[in-house]
Amino acid sequence: MKKAFPILAVLTGFLLIYALYQALVAAPTEQTMGNVQRIFYYHVPSAWTAFILFFINFGASLAYLARRKAAADMVALTCAEVGIVFLTVNLVTGPIWARPVWGIWWTWDWRLTSTLIMWLIYVSYLMLRRFSSGGQTATMAAALAVLGALCIPFVYFSIWFFRTQHPQPVMGGGGSIDPRMLHALLINWLAFSCFAFLVCWSRYRLEKLQREVDQAHALESLLAPNRGIAQRSVR
Amino acid sequence: MKAPAGITWVTLSKDLRLEWRSKDAINSMLFFSLLVVVVFSFSFDPSAEESRQIAGGLIWVAFLFAAVVALNQTWAREIRNQVLDAYRVSPAPANSLFIAKTLGNFIFVSVLEALMTPLFIAFYRLRALGPVWQLALVAALGTWALVVNGTFFAAMSLRTRSREIMLPLLLFPISIPAILAMVQSTTAILEGEGARFWIVLLATYDLVFTTVCLLLFETVLNAE
Repeated sequence: MKKAFPILAVLTGFLLIYALYQALVAAPTEQTMGNVQRIFYYHVPSAWTAFILFFINFGASLAYLARRKAAADMVALTCAEVGIVFLTVNLVTGPIWARPVWGIWWTWDWRLTSTLIMWLIYVSYLMLRRFSSGGQTATMAAALAVLGALCIPFVYFSIWFFRTQHPQPVMGGGGSIDPRMLHALLINWLAFSCFAFLVCWSRYRLEKLQREVDQAHALESLLAPNRGIAQRSVR
Repeated sequence: MKAPAGITWVTLSKDLRLEWRSKDAINSMLFFSLLVVVVFSFSFDPSAEESRQIAGGLIWVAFLFAAVVALNQTWAREIRNQVLDAYRVSPAPANSLFIAKTLGNFIFVSVLEALMTPLFIAFYRLRALGPVWQLALVAALGTWALVVNGTFFAAMSLRTRSREIMLPLLLFPISIPAILAMVQSTTAILEGEGARFWIVLLATYDLVFTTVCLLLFETVLNAE
């Protein structure tokens, strides 16, 4: 498994470079918006990647509540953290695009609002993890993740009537898109997903190591209480 | 051993009696929401027409903040003398305790709303154009949405550091759809428009979150 990591990292690197070329050079310039539109190749894939990660977080949290395996909890934590990063990219690139195109940074449009609320929910999830300590963190975080995920349909329902000026969804919405643009979009999504997977992987390994270190420390101070205290005071 | 309903009733009446004698929660909630009303009134100084548009938001923000005061006290009482630990080792079902605490908070916040609403009407010169009975329905459903999640998250934030601040951080994001529904339906009724969609949404929200909280509460209570 460990050997696969550098190989995948190199592949992802090439894929990201190719995707950058596709987004900035190969894809045609949009008629009315011009080059500003190219941010779309980062805005949309980052949102999709974040949604997938949050979905995995929900599944892993359910799995943790059912089976109580530490691995499920670590997957949930990893996906939430990386998902927030990608959703932040989405929320930051949106206004950068909106300012020249709409003339405003932000509007309480339903797609913008729902994304922001989703971001808030998962930030509160990470806050809970940060502020709680001990073995109960995993259980409480899993419960919160389930409630948070259930909240998202309500968020969508409660604001569907908001005026929207957000462009129609690429998938399942009306309108058409140049095949070269679609190609660039999908390549970018693939690159982003690989990148997200890579980051999740290394974050997972880090979390696992961290827990092993914590356990070793705890065990050490149990076996030799005085030495454990002495070491802590030196540190 | 008592039946689950009996345990709920005993816990609820104990909480009500404690509150009746100390009046800690209700006094702090009342004073807090009074301050919110006065401060908002100074900052906006609305006319009758304007206040119809903003009152829904103001009322619910005031009640939301005030409810957090009561919710934070819910479990704090049980920490003293290890009452909660005793409850956890007893064979009593966890959900009886949860329902009792939720009903208790529901009663506290409802009393607060009943006392504060006349003041709101007077300060903001409110006169509803729509059916007033619907406002009572919205208040009941909305309060339940706040207290059922609030009681659940208060039990959660009990186990964290700086628990007083943790509760709103957990409660507010998840309550956004409910708050939106309460505010929109209140405004719609005050302005004489239909609020059916919002009331149905609020009722569904209550149903879903009450069910999930009941399913998960035992897990959270016994989390180690």
